[in-house]
Amino acid sequence: MNEQPKPKKQIGAPMNRVDGHQKVTGAATYSAEYQLPNITYAVLVGSTVTKGRLTGLDTKAAERAPGVLAVISHLNAPKPPGPKPEGKDPSQPQTQGNPLQVFNDDKIRFNDQPIAIVVADSWERARYAAGLVKAQYAKEAHQTNLEENKSNAFLPTAAKKNPKNPMNDYQRGQVDAYKTGAVKLEAEYVIPTEVHHPMELQAITAHWEAPDRLTLYDKTQGTMATRRDFAKQWGLPEENVKVIATYVGGAFGNALHSWPHESAAILAAKVVNRPVKLMLTREQMFTMVGYRPYTWQKLGMSATPDGKITAITHESVGQTSTYEEFTESTLAQTRMMYQSPNVTTRYRLAALDISSPIWMRGPGEATGAFALESAMDEMAYLLNIDPLEFRLRNYTEQDPEKNKPWSTKFLKECYQLGADRIGWSKRQLKPGSLRDGDWLIGYGMGVGTFGAHRGAATVGAQLLANGTVLLQCATTDIGPGTGTAMTQIAADTLGISPDKIRFELGNSSFPKAGTQGGSSTVNSVGPATQEACLALKDKLRTLAGANNPAFASARKEDVTMQDGYLTVGGNKDTRVSYADLLKQAGGTAVMVEAKPGGEGQKYSMYSFSVHFAEVRVHQLTGEVRVSKLVSCADAGTIVNEKTAGNQMKGGAVGGIGMALMEHARIDDRFGRYVTKDFADYHVPVHADSPAVEVAFVNQPDPYVNALGTKGIGEIAIIGVAPAIANAVFNATGKRIRELPITPDKLI
Amino acid sequence: MNQFQYVRPTKQQAAIDAVAKDATATFIAGGTNLVDLMKRGVMTPQKLVDINRLPLTRIDADPGKLRIGALALNSTVADDKQVRARQPLLALALNAGASAQLRNMATVGGNMLQRTRCSYFYDTTMPCNKREPGTGCGALEGINRMHAIFGFSDKCIAVHPSDMSVALVALDATVQVSGPKGNRSIPFAELHRLPGDMPQKDTTLEPGELITAVDVPDGPFTKHVHYQKVRERASYAFALLSVAAALDLDSNNNIKAARLAMGGVAHKPWRLTAAEQALVGKPATEESFRQAAAIAMQGAKAFKHNAYKLKLGPNTIIQALKTAASVA
Repeated sequence: MNEQPKPKKQIGAPMNRVDGHQKVTGAATYSAEYQLPNITYAVLVGSTVTKGRLTGLDTKAAERAPGVLAVISHLNAPKPPGPKPEGKDPSQPQTQGNPLQVFNDDKIRFNDQPIAIVVADSWERARYAAGLVKAQYAKEAHQTNLEENKSNAFLPTAAKKNPKNPMNDYQRGQVDAYKTGAVKLEAEYVIPTEVHHPMELQAITAHWEAPDRLTLYDKTQGTMATRRDFAKQWGLPEENVKVIATYVGGAFGNALHSWPHESAAILAAKVVNRPVKLMLTREQMFTMVGYRPYTWQKLGMSATPDGKITAITHESVGQTSTYEEFTESTLAQTRMMYQSPNVTTRYRLAALDISSPIWMRGPGEATGAFALESAMDEMAYLLNIDPLEFRLRNYTEQDPEKNKPWSTKFLKECYQLGADRIGWSKRQLKPGSLRDGDWLIGYGMGVGTFGAHRGAATVGAQLLANGTVLLQCATTDIGPGTGTAMTQIAADTLGISPDKIRFELGNSSFPKAGTQGGSSTVNSVGPATQEACLALKDKLRTLAGANNPAFASARKEDVTMQDGYLTVGGNKDTRVSYADLLKQAGGTAVMVEAKPGGEGQKYSMYSFSVHFAEVRVHQLTGEVRVSKLVSCADAGTIVNEKTAGNQMKGGAVGGIGMALMEHARIDDRFGRYVTKDFADYHVPVHADSPAVEVAFVNQPDPYVNALGTKGIGEIAIIGVAPAIANAVFNATGKRIRELPITPDKLI
Repeated sequence: MNQFQYVRPTKQQAAIDAVAKDATATFIAGGTNLVDLMKRGVMTPQKLVDINRLPLTRIDADPGKLRIGALALNSTVADDKQVRARQPLLALALNAGASAQLRNMATVGGNMLQRTRCSYFYDTTMPCNKREPGTGCGALEGINRMHAIFGFSDKCIAVHPSDMSVALVALDATVQVSGPKGNRSIPFAELHRLPGDMPQKDTTLEPGELITAVDVPDGPFTKHVHYQKVRERASYAFALLSVAAALDLDSNNNIKAARLAMGGVAHKPWRLTAAEQALVGKPATEESFRQAAAIAMQGAKAFKHNAYKLKLGPNTIIQALKTAASVA
C-alpha cells in the first residue's frame, strides 16, 4: 500500500482567485470587448423631456453622416413578434407590469428614455451622428418627487391580487400598539435615490448568427434569464438564443433585469444584419439600468422602561416607474429581528415619471435597516441603555414572524466579536464625550440580515485527457469569486488539487442555474458542484471497474485521483490510468441537479451581520470620516476566507457611500438628474475607506445545504449606513434621519 | 463630439495668431476640463490649438518672485522645492485639487481657466446663461447647494472651481499674458470676473490672449499658512467651500500681516481684504479669527440649498486660521 497524504482541505482556505490573473492583466474579455467580424457600434439617443409624446424626429442629418448604417426609432423599428420581456429572476416575480419596450410608440415615460439608436461603423461616428438627431415633443406635466406624491401611494398590485404576497400589510398583535407604549418613539427616515455604478458600464454585443439564431455577449447576472427574456421577445426557442457573460465587472443588482438598451441593440443588429455593440455612457447608467429607489419611512416603536420592545410599526413608500411596479423587502427585517409582541408593517409604492428601479445590493433590507437600526439607537438613548445591551434584551431565539426555529443564528457571537474589535467599551453613552482636537469621536452599530436563499442548480462534470476535471454551469460571477469558490468545493470533493480543476461559467448553454443575486449562488451552485463531483467519482469508479475489479467493491469516497491515475485508497496495485478510462465508450461526463429539500418548511434561514463604526466629525466643518469599521457575519461555512472577506469589505465601503455621500438628485422642474457623473455623484475613494476589519463566526448551517453556507453579499452592506449614522449621533448629538450625512446637515 | 481641426504650433506667436484670427478656435493644454466639455457638447471649438510644445513649463526662482510657466504641471509645481519653501500655501492648494492623475496632466494656466462645474452648465438640455446666453440660469431656482453666496447676479450663480486660484489671489500673484496686441500683466484678482450681465465671459482675457506665466511675489507667508478645503469626501471632490489663510506673526504671536481668500463662494476666487485688515495687529487667537470671519461674511446671501455656506464659511475661516497659526 502506498497511502497518499490526504490533500490539503481547500474549503475555508484563503485561495487566490482563479481568474485574478486574467482580470488584472486585461486578458479577461468583458461584454464590450468582443471584436466580432463585421462589428458595428451603436449609440442611444435619449429623450430630453420627462413626459409627453414625440411629435417629430428628424434623423436625416444623422442618416447622412459618415459611416452611419441605420437610425432606428419608433418610426421604423421592426416589432419583435413575441410578448414583452419579464423580470429576469423567475424565483422573485416582484416586478409587475412590463419593462420598457423600446421604440414601440411615441410615448415618453421618463427623461433620457431611449428614443432612437444610431448604428455606424465606428463608435465615434455613431456618437457624432446621435448628436444630430433632433426631436420635437408635446410635453405633459410630470411628477418626479416622491415627497409630493406620497399621498397617492398605493399597495402594490401583486399584493392586492394575492393575500399571501409579502408586500401585503403585516400584523402581529395589536395594530400600531406603539402609540400607547410606555416609552415611545416616532420618527421619519429618508434614503435618496442611489445608483449602482459598477466599474464596468452596461454593455451588450448582439449577433444574429442566423435569422432565427441569436448570440448575446451581455452584461447580465443571469445568462439563463436573459436568454429566456429575449427568446420570448423574438418568439424563438430558448436553445436558439445563447447568452455569454464570462466576466462581469461588478453589477450590484443592475444586471438583474432586461433593460431597454439590450432590446435596442438586438433590434439594431436585426436591422443592419451585422453584430452590434452598445455600451452605455456613465450618464446613461443613471437612467437606463435601475437604481435604489428613493424611499420614505416612518418608524414607531415603544418599549418598557427596562428595555423590552413592546411594539413596532414600520411604514414605507418607495418610488417606482409608471410602467412597472418594482417592490423590495424594505420591511422584512423589522418583522423578524427583534422580540416584539406587536408589529405592524405597511409597504406602499408611488409611481413617478422616472425609469424603473431595481434591486441594489442589500436591496430593500438595506433601506429598511437604516430606519430600524437608527430607531433602535434612538430608543436605546430614550431608555438610557447601551445600544448593544438594548439589542441583546430583545434578541430572538426563534423567528417571531414565522414562529419557526432558526436553522442557525450566531448573531450574539457576532456582537461579541465586533464589540471586542471596535473597542465598544471605550464608547461613552453621552454624545460628544470623546474628542481629538477639533474632531468629535463617536461609535455606532447596525445589524443586518438577509434570507439564506437556495435555488435549484445543475453542474456538469467530466474528466479531460490532460487530467483536468472540467466543471460547467450557467451561473455568472459578478465579482464575488464564484469560480474560485466552486473550484475549492470541487477540489475537496474530488480530493484533487485546485489547479486540476477548471470551473467554467457565464454561458447559457452550460447546465442551468439561477441568476446571481440575493446572496444565493454558493448556497445553490455549491451543492450542485459537490454532487456533480461525487457523481463523477462514482462514474469513474464504475468505468475503472472494467479494468480492475477492486473498484467494483470500493466505496466512491475511497476512490483517489492522483497523477493521472485512479486508485482505491492510493493503493498502487489498483491503479487505472485516466487514458484507459477515457477510452471507454460513453465518456466520463455527468450532469447533476441539486435542489433544496423541505428544510425551509421547518426552519427559518437567515444570514446575520453586525457592523460597528468609529467616526470622526469635525466640529467646525461638519466633515465626517469613518476611522474604523468592523463587520462581523454569521454566514454559515466560509468557503474562501479571502474572497468572502473581500465581499464584506466591498459591502462596508458601499455602506460608507450610502451613509455619507451617494445621492442622485433630480431637478423636479425638468425631471432630469443634475448629478450625472462621478464629479457630482460621489462614491467613496480610498481616503474615505478605513481598513475594514472582518470577522466570521464560520459555523456551518446544517439545513441550508450540505456545505453549511448561508450567503454573504447582502449582509455585507445591510446595517452599515445606520451604524455610521448612529456613530455620528454618538459623536455630535445630532440625529440625521435623511441620508446622506453631508457637512451641510451637521454644521 | 464635433469634428475639429487640431494644430500644434511650436512658436508662441503662431499659437496666438491661430486663436486670435479664428473665433471658433481655442487653446488646449492638459485638456482635463476642455475635453470633458467637448464630449458633453458644452464647448464645440472648431479648432484646437495645442500649446504643449511651447516652452512654458519652467519654474524660475527669481529674486523677489517665483515665475511659474503656464504649462508647468500642477503636480510639478506642488512638488517644486522653491515653491514649497517660498509659497507653501500654493503647494497646499494645488495638492487639495483633483486627483494625482489629473494633477499630472493639468497645467497652471489651464487650472485658472477651468470652467465652472455647475450641473446646469454641463447639461446642454438645461438653461444656462453661461453656456447659452439668454436661456436663463437653471441653478437660480434649481438645485443650488454648490453655488455662490457672493458676487452673483440674477444671470448666473455659478462658482469658480479652482483651488490653486484661491491661493494665488491671496498671494497677490500676477498673470503674464501675451496676445495679438503684445504682452501685459494682469493682477490675479482681476483675471476672473463676476458674472454680471455677461456670465459667458469667465475672465478679462481678450480673444487670442495666452497666459504665459504666473508671478508669485515673495512675502512673509512661508510658515503660517493653511488651505482648508471642505468637501463631501476625503479626496477627489470639488470644494463645498475652501479657505486659503496665511499669517505673519511676530514673536508675541501678534499678527503682522494676513492673507485670506475663499473658494466655492463666488464666480471668482474671493479675496477677503477687509477681514485681512481686521486681523492686523491682533493676537493670533480664536477670538480674533472669529471677528475676522464675521467681517468676511458681510454681504453674503444664500439660495434655497446653500444656506449652510453662511455658517460653513466663517467656521472654515476660523479653522484655516487656527491651523495656520499653529503650524510650528
